[in-house]
Amino acid sequence: MFSETIELRGHIIDSLILPKVLDEILRAGGTFKIDQIKIGQQRVDQSFARIEVSGPTHETLDELVLRLRQHGAEVVEKGDVQLASAPADGVFPANFYITTNQQTFVTLDGKEIEVRPAIMDSAIAVDNASQRATAVKFYEVRKGMKIVVGHQGIRVAPIQRSTRRTEVFEFMSNVSIEQPKSAVIRAMARELKRARETGEKILVVTGPTVIHTGGAEYLERLIEWGYVDLLFAGNALAMRDIEDVLFGRPQRINLDRGGLDDAGHENHIRAINAIREAGSIARAVEIGVLQRGIMCSCVRHGVEFVLAGSIRDDGPLPDVITDAIEAQKAMREKITGVTIALMMGTMLHSLAVESLLPANVKTFYIDINPVSVSKLTERNRFQAVGLVTDVEAFLRELTDCLAKLDAAPARDGDKT
Amino acid sequence: MRDLLLCPPDHYGIEYEINPWMSRARGAEAALAQKQWKDLRATLSKLDCKIELVKPQPKLPDMVFTANAGLAVGEKFIPSNFRHKERAGEAPHFARWMEEHSYQISWLPEDYYFEGEGDALFSGDVLFCGYKFRSDIKSHRAVADILGCLVISVELVDPRFYHLDTCFCPLPDGGAVWFSAAFDEYGQRAIREHVPQLVDVVPEEAAHFSCNAVVLDRDIVLPEGAPKLVTMLRERGYRCHELAMTEFLKAGGACKCLTMFLPQRDAMPDAQ
Repeated sequence: MFSETIELRGHIIDSLILPKVLDEILRAGGTFKIDQIKIGQQRVDQSFARIEVSGPTHETLDELVLRLRQHGAEVVEKGDVQLASAPADGVFPANFYITTNQQTFVTLDGKEIEVRPAIMDSAIAVDNASQRATAVKFYEVRKGMKIVVGHQGIRVAPIQRSTRRTEVFEFMSNVSIEQPKSAVIRAMARELKRARETGEKILVVTGPTVIHTGGAEYLERLIEWGYVDLLFAGNALAMRDIEDVLFGRPQRINLDRGGLDDAGHENHIRAINAIREAGSIARAVEIGVLQRGIMCSCVRHGVEFVLAGSIRDDGPLPDVITDAIEAQKAMREKITGVTIALMMGTMLHSLAVESLLPANVKTFYIDINPVSVSKLTERNRFQAVGLVTDVEAFLRELTDCLAKLDAAPARDGDKT
Repeated sequence: MRDLLLCPPDHYGIEYEINPWMSRARGAEAALAQKQWKDLRATLSKLDCKIELVKPQPKLPDMVFTANAGLAVGEKFIPSNFRHKERAGEAPHFARWMEEHSYQISWLPEDYYFEGEGDALFSGDVLFCGYKFRSDIKSHRAVADILGCLVISVELVDPRFYHLDTCFCPLPDGGAVWFSAAFDEYGQRAIREHVPQLVDVVPEEAAHFSCNAVVLDRDIVLPEGAPKLVTMLRERGYRCHELAMTEFLKAGGACKCLTMFLPQRDAMPDAQ
């Protein structure tokens, strides 16, 4: 949200100018916050109100403020942000401002500009010449860069809770193992369908649990049906998926028989080797080495993926980015435009991705462990839904709901 | 006896177009305009008014509409800041005349548009001010500061009724004649809250500028063409004097536009 502070003076109560201005703000799709109001005590005393007006875009706000000026509103000039130079590469100046993941604006030369991206735990670098404000991490700061210090000239636009009473985030925003899961999953399915139909970008973050629990086939369906635009995972997910495809069973667990396999511990190493020999997962799909599975579906349906490495990795697969900073950069780059994140069965990877997401991204967390779900939903109180359940059971029910939604025309009753 | 300021229509004519009524293709007939103005002057004189005249100036055809000269209250005079450059030249002539007649002149800041009594009419102690087409609301605050009175600012929404005195006319009994559709809903509510008895003018009579009337106690001088309003006013005990105003309607003006009170009312009781 973009905002300006306006002031109204005069007989604004008797003339009904104050209610008119507030109504006009709401009619234009804006919001307001009354910072200060002083009502005249005597009949002839004038009154005063200072109001912060916010609008969804610069243009909407400009048009709105122009109309409000007709009713006597005066726009309050804003103080510029204070800047200091970074003393060295990788070091911020003292008292630097630390970002949240909410939409943030800085005032530069009297004009508000949005800080991009909306990412937490960063500093804000300002370039006067290009009028840009960028959230920067330690590894991005260079000696001499102008960094915002203090709090003057900074405005954080808080995420507003959904006003649609029926939306899933309103419907279910806490974590309990006693939730009516089917109802929540149906609501999630509707949200995903809406996002797909409006061309929004859906991110999936998951780990090998999806394979171990037997949920891979359902994730493949989601990919095939266009419900996944981006996949963030580690070496393990891809490795287990490919191992399953190439050798019919993941490491030591035989899904068909439900027992342990004697020679299974070798298969994942052989699977890695096969992909390393092909050069990459995409190439393995191209030459027919990899013909099904989650990673194969991603390649075939143009779903971008970022596989970030860890110290425990076997291999790793050639697509895995082993430099943590490079992996974070790749994820940050691809995250632009994501509006929904579906995170399943991987707490640490989800926490890492959550710290990169702007606060307005709606997030679904699914994990069998209530502690993991609590930890994740605590990070995003406004737009998160947590569900304590088995990943396979969740995916099975979700795909079932989506299949039904795709088959049936929308009815009024489905709007809950 | 009320003192009124008028300006003879010697240089009057439709020489530009600054409201929907004006069309240079439909000019005013000079001799008829003179006659109608003289009838107004004579009527007002007969009603025990002292008529003062300001000298008309060439190239300032709308100077005849003296209501827009400014606002006189007690011994103070707030000259207009005209929105249109075509009329801006009138202000110093009016201000000089008022100064010569012992008024204290309080100029508004240059960027505050204000068109005098045309947009500022008292109903009791409350000053109603119109805004948007001509005056802007900022000027209302300044006027309230200068006069020390409650100002109710009302938004005008119909460009045909571009000044407050074209759609609102306070009566001495505390009521007012008005054409409500000329105001936005908040203006209508504000007026209803402060004016207990409102006399509604029907659209076809409002279009004859029936609200543009000079009220002198129980006598009301208004343009002809408003039989329904005249009946209502007579029932309320007013004497109505209907005058032909066709030549001035061509410029978007009638009886009240041609008249400014000297002053509109006494100084506010609490004002310094």
